[in-house]
Amino acid sequence: MTSRKTEIMVGLFVSLAVAALLILALKVANAGITGNGETYELKAKFDNIGGLKVRSPIKLGGVVIGRVGKISLDNENYTPVVTLEISAEYKGFPETTSVSILTSGLLGEQYVGLQPGFSIDGVEPLEPGDYIPDTKSALVLEDLIGQFLFNRD
Amino acid sequence: MDWFAQLGNKTLSGLAGLGRASSLLFSALVARPQPVKMFPLLMKQLYVVGVQSLLIVIVSGAFIGMVLALQAYTVLVDYGAEESLGPMVALSLLRELGPVVTALLFAGRAGSALTAEIGLMKATEQLSSLEMMAVDPMRRVIAPRLWAGLISMPLLALIFSAVGILGGQVVGVDWLGVDAGSYWSVMQSAVEFNKDVLNGVIKSIVFAFVVTWIAVFKGYDCIPTSEGMGQATTQTVVYSSLAVLGLDFVLTALMFGN
Repeated sequence: MTSRKTEIMVGLFVSLAVAALLILALKVANAGITGNGETYELKAKFDNIGGLKVRSPIKLGGVVIGRVGKISLDNENYTPVVTLEISAEYKGFPETTSVSILTSGLLGEQYVGLQPGFSIDGVEPLEPGDYIPDTKSALVLEDLIGQFLFNRD
Repeated sequence: MDWFAQLGNKTLSGLAGLGRASSLLFSALVARPQPVKMFPLLMKQLYVVGVQSLLIVIVSGAFIGMVLALQAYTVLVDYGAEESLGPMVALSLLRELGPVVTALLFAGRAGSALTAEIGLMKATEQLSSLEMMAVDPMRRVIAPRLWAGLISMPLLALIFSAVGILGGQVVGVDWLGVDAGSYWSVMQSAVEFNKDVLNGVIKSIVFAFVVTWIAVFKGYDCIPTSEGMGQATTQTVVYSSLAVLGLDFVLTALMFGN
């Protein structure tokens, strides 16, 4: 008979391996992690989101304030809808806030940049679930090159 | 003429060795398996071969992940592409380093021990006494060790890759300041479960098979003297390392070649 200690250690070994497989399957290969801390959602419609991905950072003045939660397509007019999960610490952006898709470096990853607008009387703050009206799409390098070549003559 | 005779002799003895190795593999794995009787023996070997290799696999996995992240960062940061650190670390671990380094460590840590153990059993005539008692040494000694190696090495490779990726995160995110979300999200969009994780597992199963087979055969086939055992142990490590590295190239070419 094998001793109980051996059996326990082998059991631990196998479960460790299963945990490693789970990490590889869920965390490394697919989305499956949620950020920590409370968040609220804002939505934004873009014409083109370029290479934006789920969990890309949302930055305001270079500070990461949230992550892209969901990317879907609006079925009526076929525009991409990006759900922004913003940390609950940063609340009450005015509705004149503009949001744009930017690239870090020339070839780097794309992220969402938030530009807070002015807030005067009559400008409401954005509530969770609201759409941000003022959006700027991603800069697609190929389109730019195409335009440049087309406009040359 | 002498030269031809030598060549012929080498070829024939090589082929004979291959034949003995195949017949050992066949009689240990295929012929008359007894799963119920073998289970406690397998458990013990899983402990010796798998659990006792855990420490070296985890430690080297963590350090290789950390070194990978550190080296990749210094190059990637020049191009402002340090967000690609995640896929760089994950893909090199999952596709290559996980299976290969685990197999090399396994050959050194467990393979040599298997050879020495079986070789000593042969030298002290324990194998023949088992036969005298009508206990088949193939089933009693060889089969549990082969199965234990086959089962535990893919598991060790999985642990190695996971620990390595976490080690890469420690260096890349916590020390060098790559954004944690980018590290994981870019990795997630670059790594495909079927293509990268499963192919890595297939690789490590092949390596497990080769390394354990060589280790067990070298022990069973060794010259039963102290000198012969030393030779057999060295050969196990050398042959299985070479076989792993050669097979890795073939498998990589087949899996990721085009």
